[in-house]
Amino acid sequence: MSEKTWTEIPIGGAIEEAGNAETYETGSWRTYRPLWNEETCIHCLRCWVACPDSSILLSEGKMTGIDLEHCKGCGICAFECPVDPKAIEMKLETDVENG
Amino acid sequence: MSRRLILTGNDAAAEAMRQIDPDVVAAFPITPQTELMHKFAEHVADGEVKAELVLVESEHSAMSATVGAAAAGARSMTATSANGLALMWEIVYIAASYRLPIVMPVVNRALSGPINIHCDHSDTMGCRDTGWIQLYSENAQEVYDNVIQAIRIAESPEVLLPVMVTFDGFIISHTAEVLEALEDDPVRNWIGEYKPKYTLLDTDNPMTFGPLDLQDYYFEHKRQQMEAMRAAPATVKKIGKLYGEMSGRPYDLIEGYQLEDAELAVVALGSTCGTAKVVIDELRAKGTKAGLLKIRCFRPFPEAEIAAALKGAKAIAVLDRSVSFGAPGGPVHKEIKAALFGSGSSAGLVNYIYGLGGRDISMEHIHEAFADLETVAGEGTPADAIRFLGLRE
Ligand code: SF4
Ligand code: SF4
Repeated sequence: MSEKTWTEIPIGGAIEEAGNAETYETGSWRTYRPLWNEETCIHCLRCWVACPDSSILLSEGKMTGIDLEHCKGCGICAFECPVDPKAIEMKLETDVENG
Repeated sequence: MSRRLILTGNDAAAEAMRQIDPDVVAAFPITPQTELMHKFAEHVADGEVKAELVLVESEHSAMSATVGAAAAGARSMTATSANGLALMWEIVYIAASYRLPIVMPVVNRALSGPINIHCDHSDTMGCRDTGWIQLYSENAQEVYDNVIQAIRIAESPEVLLPVMVTFDGFIISHTAEVLEALEDDPVRNWIGEYKPKYTLLDTDNPMTFGPLDLQDYYFEHKRQQMEAMRAAPATVKKIGKLYGEMSGRPYDLIEGYQLEDAELAVVALGSTCGTAKVVIDELRAKGTKAGLLKIRCFRPFPEAEIAAALKGAKAIAVLDRSVSFGAPGGPVHKEIKAALFGSGSSAGLVNYIYGLGGRDISMEHIHEAFADLETVAGEGTPADAIRFLGLRE
C-alpha cells in the first residue's frame, strides 16, 4: 500500500472506495495455514460458505484452492469440512515453512 | 421580523432546535438530561417538527445514535449536561474524529462527586481536547443565537467538526429572560439545506466509516483534525458576521467590554460575564480603567486575538469555573498564560477559581478580584497566583 500524506487522504478515516479491503493483506497475520487436499475434497463448498475472509477460491462451482494473501488461518474451513479424513488440514506456518 | 419571547435558556435552545428542525435528534430522556430535551420532545409530539426523536437508554447511546445518524447523512443533534457528557465521552471523541458536524447544546453543570447538579464548567472543560468546537453563552439570547450559528459552523466544508454550545446550568438554563427570536423562515433559509460530504445511505457510492486506522494512517487523520480546528476561527468569525447581518446581533470569537483602554482586565466565560460587566460599569464610574474579555469560542482557542485584546492590560484576572487538578491553574488561566507568552505582555496574571458546584459568584467577588488587580498592576504576578473567590478559607 502506498503511503499518502495527511492532505491526500479522505477526512475522518472515511473509505470512499467500496471493497478496497481486498488490498489489505490479512494473510500476514496467519499462525496456522490451511492445506487443501484436492483428492479428498467433494466440493460441497461448506468451507466457502463459512470462511470469514472470502479466501476459498472457486471456479465454475468447484473449489480450486485457498487465497493465502487474505486467509488469516482461523481454521473454520477445516472445522466445517465434512469429509473424513478432512480435505483441509491446519498446519503451523513454521512447520510448513520448515517443510 | 423578530419575536420578543420570555424563555429559559433550555427553552431558548429548544426553540432554536425547533426552527432548525434537524433530521435526527437522539437523547437520553432522564436526568442529567434537562428540560431542553423535554421541551423539544413537546415540539415533536405537537407535530411542529419533522425530526426523528430517538430516545435511548444512556448518554453513551445518545451520542452513538447521533454519530450513526450523522454518518448516514442526517443533520443530527443531541443535548446533554454534566455526568451525561462524561458518560458520552468516548463517543464524543469519536464524533469529532469522524468529522461529523453534530451540534450539541450542553448545560454546564458540575461533575459528581460528591453529588452535585449545579453550575460549573467541569463537564465541558473536561471535553476541551476532544476535537469539538466549543461556544460558551452569556445568556439565553446567546444560547439561541449560538445554537443556530453552530449548525453552519459545523457544516462548513473547511471545518466539518461537531460543535458544543454551552450555557451555565440553572443560572441560564432554568431562569427566564426576554430574548429576540427570529421567525422560522429566515432561520431555515439561513442555515439552508444540509448537504453531507458523505452518506452511508448513498448506495451508488458505497463507502465505509470508522474502519481500523492503525500506525499507518491514524496520525495523518489527527493532523487533518488539527487543520480543521485551524480553519475554524475564520469560519466562526465569518458566520458570526453573517448572522449579525440577518439578525442584527453580530458575533465574534471573543468580546471586549470596556477593554480598549483597560488597565485591569478580567477574563471570563458564560453568565459571569454579565455580572462582570455591571461591576465594570461601577468601577468605570469611579474612574478605574477596568475591562472584560469574554471568551465565546474556547475551542479553537483564539490565541492571537486574545493576546491582542489584552495587550494594554497591566493586570489580568482569569476566572475559572473548573479545576484542572494538579495543573498550574485552571484551564482558562493556562490558555491565557500560554497566549500571553511571547506576546510581549508584561501584565501581572492572577487566576481565580470560583463557582464550583454552583457556588454563587456575586458582584462583590468580582470587585474583590479588581481590587487585587490594583496591587498586581504595580507589583506583577504574585507568588500566590492561584486564588479563590467565594471559598471559605
Ligand atoms: S483458515 Fe479461515 S480464513 Fe483461511 S481459508 Fe480457512 S476459513 Fe478462510
Ligand atoms: S468443505 Fe471440505 S470437502 Fe467441502 S469444499 Fe471445502 S475442502 Fe472440499
